[in-house]
Formats: sequence, C-alpha cells, structure tokens
Amino acid sequence: MTAPLHDTNAAQTAAVDVAADVPAKAIEGRSPWKIAWVRLKRDKVALAGGVVVLFLILVAVFAPLIVSAFGHPPNDFHEDKIDPLFGTPIGSFGGMSSDFLLGVEPVNGRDVFSRLVYGARISLLVAFLAALFAVALGTVFGIIAGYFGGWVDAAISRVMDVLLAFPQLLFIIALVSVLPNSLWGFSGSGVRIGALIVVIGFFGWPYVGRIVRGQTLSLREREYVEAARSLGAGRAYILFKELLPNLVAPITVYTTLMIPTNVLSEAALSFLGAGVKPPTASWGQMLSKAKEYYEADPMFMIAPGVAIFVTVLAFNLFGDGVRDALDPKGSR
Amino acid sequence: MTIPEQASSSPSPSSPSPSPEPLLRVSGLVKHFPIKKGVLQRQVGAVQAVDGLDFDVRPGETLGVVGESGCGKSTMGRLITRLLEPTKGKIEFEGRDITHLGTGQMRPLRRDVQMIFQDPYSSLNPRHTVGTIISAPFKLQNITPEGGVKREVQRLLELVGLNPEHYNRYPHEFSGGQRQRIGIARALALKPKLVVADEPVSALDVSIQAQVVNLLDDLQDELGLTYVIIAHDLSVIRHVSDRIAVMYLGKIVELADRKALYESPMHPYSKALLSAVPVPDPRSKHKRERILLKGDVPSPISPPSGCRFHTRCWKATDICTTREPVLTALKTGHQVACHHAENAPDQAPQSSAVLETAREAIAIVDVTPPAAGAGTAESGGTAPAGTEDSSKE
Ligand SMILES: Nc1ncnc2c1ncn2[C@@H]1O[C@H](COP(=O)(O)OP(=O)(O)O)[C@@H](O)[C@H]1O
Ligand SMILES: [Mg+2]
Repeated sequence: MTAPLHDTNAAQTAAVDVAADVPAKAIEGRSPWKIAWVRLKRDKVALAGGVVVLFLILVAVFAPLIVSAFGHPPNDFHEDKIDPLFGTPIGSFGGMSSDFLLGVEPVNGRDVFSRLVYGARISLLVAFLAALFAVALGTVFGIIAGYFGGWVDAAISRVMDVLLAFPQLLFIIALVSVLPNSLWGFSGSGVRIGALIVVIGFFGWPYVGRIVRGQTLSLREREYVEAARSLGAGRAYILFKELLPNLVAPITVYTTLMIPTNVLSEAALSFLGAGVKPPTASWGQMLSKAKEYYEADPMFMIAPGVAIFVTVLAFNLFGDGVRDALDPKGSR
Repeated sequence: MTIPEQASSSPSPSSPSPSPEPLLRVSGLVKHFPIKKGVLQRQVGAVQAVDGLDFDVRPGETLGVVGESGCGKSTMGRLITRLLEPTKGKIEFEGRDITHLGTGQMRPLRRDVQMIFQDPYSSLNPRHTVGTIISAPFKLQNITPEGGVKREVQRLLELVGLNPEHYNRYPHEFSGGQRQRIGIARALALKPKLVVADEPVSALDVSIQAQVVNLLDDLQDELGLTYVIIAHDLSVIRHVSDRIAVMYLGKIVELADRKALYESPMHPYSKALLSAVPVPDPRSKHKRERILLKGDVPSPISPPSGCRFHTRCWKATDICTTREPVLTALKTGHQVACHHAENAPDQAPQSSAVLETAREAIAIVDVTPPAAGAGTAESGGTAPAGTEDSSKE
C-alpha cells in the first residue's frame, strides 16, 4: 500500500466502487432460491425428472379416479380372463386388452393397471413420509451434535454409527413378524404401512444427521455467527435464524435423493413379505408374486419393475438437478 | 440516540487527552485453549493464545494492535468483546467488571461494544438480505430507531457509502469492499462506544483497503468512536492509530504512541516490523534496510522460555533465555518488554554476550530506493509487508 491514505482520489474511487456493479434500476435482490430456480429451469434433464415425479404424485393422489375411469377395482377377481389349465392370463402380453390395459394377474385375474396405480400410493406414501421422518430426526440431532459439540456430539455420533452398522433388513423382517394385527386404531395394512414408515425413516436419519452435523460444524465457525453473538443473540436465534436457513438447501437436496432410496427399500421389504399385507397392492409384492410366473407371464413382472425403475430414475434425476441448482460448486 | 458523551469531549483522535478515565481497561488477561485428547477428553496441554495482557483504551482514541498471524490478536479482540471467556485476568468497560458476565448480562452492553470482522465473505449470512443483516442489531436489542427500522437501515447504508436502495439485495451481489461496508454499518447500527475491528481490510484488494480505512477514520470523527484496530502489519494502521500495541506470541512487547513507535522503536521485533513498512515519502534519500526475521513463529503450545522472542532476536543474550522481560515504561507513554531495548538504556547490562544463534537470526536487505529519479521510485515501496509469512492469513 503505497497510496497515501488521505487522498481525495480515494474518496472519488470509493464513489466509483459503490456505483460500479450496481445497475441503477434493478434494486430487487436475487435471493439464493431465485437463482437456484433459474438454474433448475435451464436443466432440461432435471425438469423432465421433475415432470415425471409430478405425474407420479398426481397418479397416487387421484388413484381412485384413474382406476374408475380406466380400470377395474384393484381387488376384484376376473377368473374368466385366466386359462384354467395353466393359471396364466388368456391372450398375449399377459392378457392385455383395451379393457385390461396392462393385462391381468395370473391365477386370480386382478387388473394389473389398477394394482399398479394403487401401488404408486403405497410406494410414494411410504417413501415421502419415511423421508420426512428421517429428515426431521436427522436435522434435529445433526444440528444439536454439530452446534453443541463436546460429549453431546460424541454421544449422538456414536448412536448414528451404531444405527448405520445395524442389520436393518433383518431387524425389520423380525419386527414385522411380531407386529400385532391392530395398533392404536390402525388395523391390517395401516399398521404395516406405519411400521414401514417408522422403520425406514428411523434407519435413514443417521444419513441426514451426519450431513447436517458436518454442515453445522462448518457453519458455526462462520463469522456471521460471531457477529450475531456480538449483537447479543442467544442460542435459539443463532440456530434458527442464522444456521437453519443455510441448512435448508442441503436438507432439501438430501430429501429428494432419499425418496428414491426409500422407494427401493419399500419394494424390497414388500418383496420379502415384510411390506404391506395382501390384498393391498404394492409394487414390491407384485414383483414377488411375478417371480413365480416370470417364464409363463413376463408381462406381470415387467409392469411393476418398470414402475419402480421409472420412479427411482425420475426422483434421482430431479434430485441431482436440485443439488446442482442449489450448490453449483459441489459441496460447500 | 445520541453520540456517547465522553467521546464527544475528544473528537480529535490525533490528540487524546493524557489520562482520562479509560473506556476499557485490561489487566493480566489470559486465554488458554485447552487441548483435549482421547475418549475421556483429558486435557493434555493448552494453546496459550493470549498470555497476560495489560492495556487501556482511552475514549476517542484508536489503539492499533499489530503482530504476525497466530500471535493472539483475534483472540484478544474476541476476549474484549466477550465473545470468548477469559481464562484469567480482568476486563473493565467504563469502570465495570465485565470479565465473566454471562450472555444475558452482556446483552445490554453489546450496544456499546461492537466488532468488525476480518472476512467479509464469512461475516454476512448469505441467506439474509442486507436489510435483514443491518436491522438485526435492532431486532436483537429490541430497539425501534426513530423513523422506523427501514429508514434507519437506509441511513446507515448511506453513512457507509452504499446505495440506500439496496437493502433488499443479498451479500453475494456486492464486492468485497462493499460487503465490508455492510459489516461496518451493522457494527455501527447501535451507536457503540467501542469498536473492535479485527483485520478489517486484510481480506480486501490492496486498491480498496485505503478506502475502507478512510471510511473508518471518517466515521470515527463523525460519531466519536473509539477503535481497537487489529492488523498483521503496520502499513494499514499507521495513519489511523494514536497508539500502537505490538504483540508477539500472546504478549504485548511494546506499547507506545504512534509517533514514538515510528521514530524510536524500542523492541527489536517492532523494529523488524517497522522496517517492512514502505516509507511515507518515497523520495526520501535515507538508507533503508529491511530486517527479515528468519525462522517461524514458535508454537503457542510451548512458547520459548524467558523472552518469547529470543529465538528470533539478533540481540538475544543469556538473560533473555531465562528471565521474562516485564512490560515497563522506559519513557513516558512508551512501554516495552525487552532486556536490551533499542533507543533506551540497556536493561540488563550484566548479560552482554550475544547468543550464537542470535547472529543468524535475521537477514538484512537493502531496500533503499534508487537515488536517481524521484518519480520512478513511486513503486519502490511495495515491499512485501511485515515479516516473511505475514502476508498470508
Ligand atoms: N478456538 C480456538 N481453539 C484452539 N486454539 C485456538 C482457537 N482460536 C485460536 N486458537 C489458537 O490461538 C492462537 C492465536 O490465534 P489468533 O488469536 O487467531 O491469532 P491472530 O489473530 O493473531 O492470527 C493460534 O495458535 C490459534 O491456533
Ligand atoms: Mg486473526
């Protein structure tokens, strides 16, 4: 610094510095969310994924309407569509026709299209609620561990380690076998769905917790936290007003990427017989049944398989896009 | 909201009255950060970041604090703003002991003591608008400024030289210098009496450092502020400081009026720091030499015995390795902690044999500007600042 400090030039350049990158009209600030939205809109792949996700959600929500318009009640038997000798659907491609859009189930002849549409409900309901549950637990414990540190952090981190090492699949299968038929006013499938949500969510929170903890650890060292403290801010203000707004982006990203994992978990559990109870339709259960007929009736396996694949792919593409939009420089 | 009273009595920072009641008095201040290991979190040592500071800050003055990075300046700043809990010692603000006040008891005092931070990219929350950031002080202190919060935010923006219509913008839409101005506006919102600025310009482009320093200087005159400005070399603060404290490894080694420090530094370390500062008048024909300290700053976990500077000092003798020099006034208003102070009678004449290692402690570099053209020597002063590693931080 050779320039003499008290210099009229400095004052003038100061004025220039202030005016330089400030166009006169645009006063409205571009919030980080707005910028992310603009970026997301430019990402065609992510948008396509988002459209499919939206479509799937609509299908799940309006399942009864869709089925009444294009199909048959999901649990109705249509034995007239079944070859009594082999138990397989009559006609090609699993009995596809204008009446049964995706054919019928072997043996009992239930409408595959209807069961697929209703299966979307279970799949998405479990995936979303389990993700919300995991995110809620993970955020609370992650923030506490990261912000308070010390033995609190040590305790929470150990619990997370244990949960991550836990053989959750075996645990869930064991748990399901001892679940009562009705619990707190829920019965049958209700209990199973609730159990799936709680269990998948519970084993998912350490993943969120780790990420939130790491982010909090780095965020709490930012000088704006010190600045808030130097203005008299208490813990609650710092946690909710300073740290949480900066955690929303990584949490959003992780939630969107967690949903497809949960879809797969639900399908796997249903496939193994630990999911919802028949006759309630679910994709995993359909797959499980289809494996017995895959040679005679491959169509019955393709339908739920494609549904799972498309759902997982769409959520992943959308989630990746959200991540890139919110966090263009990678993990920061 | 009025300008603090004591400050308005001495608005001119260049001539602080000799001994008014100090605004801030620090005595024996110590901060050790424990180093813990293992599952049981047993303490195995301590970072002696600040190890016994004594100084006053007088109303209306600017106290500059300099020293290489890692010598405890930021820790000192965070202690006197009570962002950190002192290990030992005493901090008095306007005669009131604030050493161990809790968050709640400190809250009303936060209005009077504010801080400007080093990194403008980390000191503003990226998810908040400038309006939210500058109005946070009012919200947190439950104050409604006259004319409303928005009006006051706009006034503050204008005060620091920013467009008052930009309160809806986000930090990422501003340059480093502008962000630092926002940080300054936030610090001044509550009309504090004391402002601690921790390396307020070291993260900025050299070309805009002067602007921000000048802004701080102008605001001091306008609002009657008292400053503690921290810097890692003398070039930034030499114009604005009334007094300067030189720190080395958690201790103050010299504390003097700016003029006295510049004209006759007593501590060898101060002399080395000063030699790195470009001369104000590049046409001066004086022979200039830079004293380059060799070696690294020792670790504050196990600082050297005796005088902490003896491992890098070219005047070190036996006594320096064993007895710690005390900060004493060798002239009025000029305190130094050195057994063999420059520009003053030797404090330990009995120990005169310079240590072997001391002979290789420094390198002297001639940086006298070429005698010929005065105009071309303009850029001659851009010697790297401070000691070898002080430019990074
Ligand atoms: N929170 C902390 N925990 C442990 N050590 C710390 C902490 N803050 C600072 N230190 C250590 O204290 C010493 C002084 O740091 P600091 O005050 O930041 O120095 P400066 O601001 O002069 O560069 C350094 O060695 C640093 O590593
Ligand atoms: Mg520092």
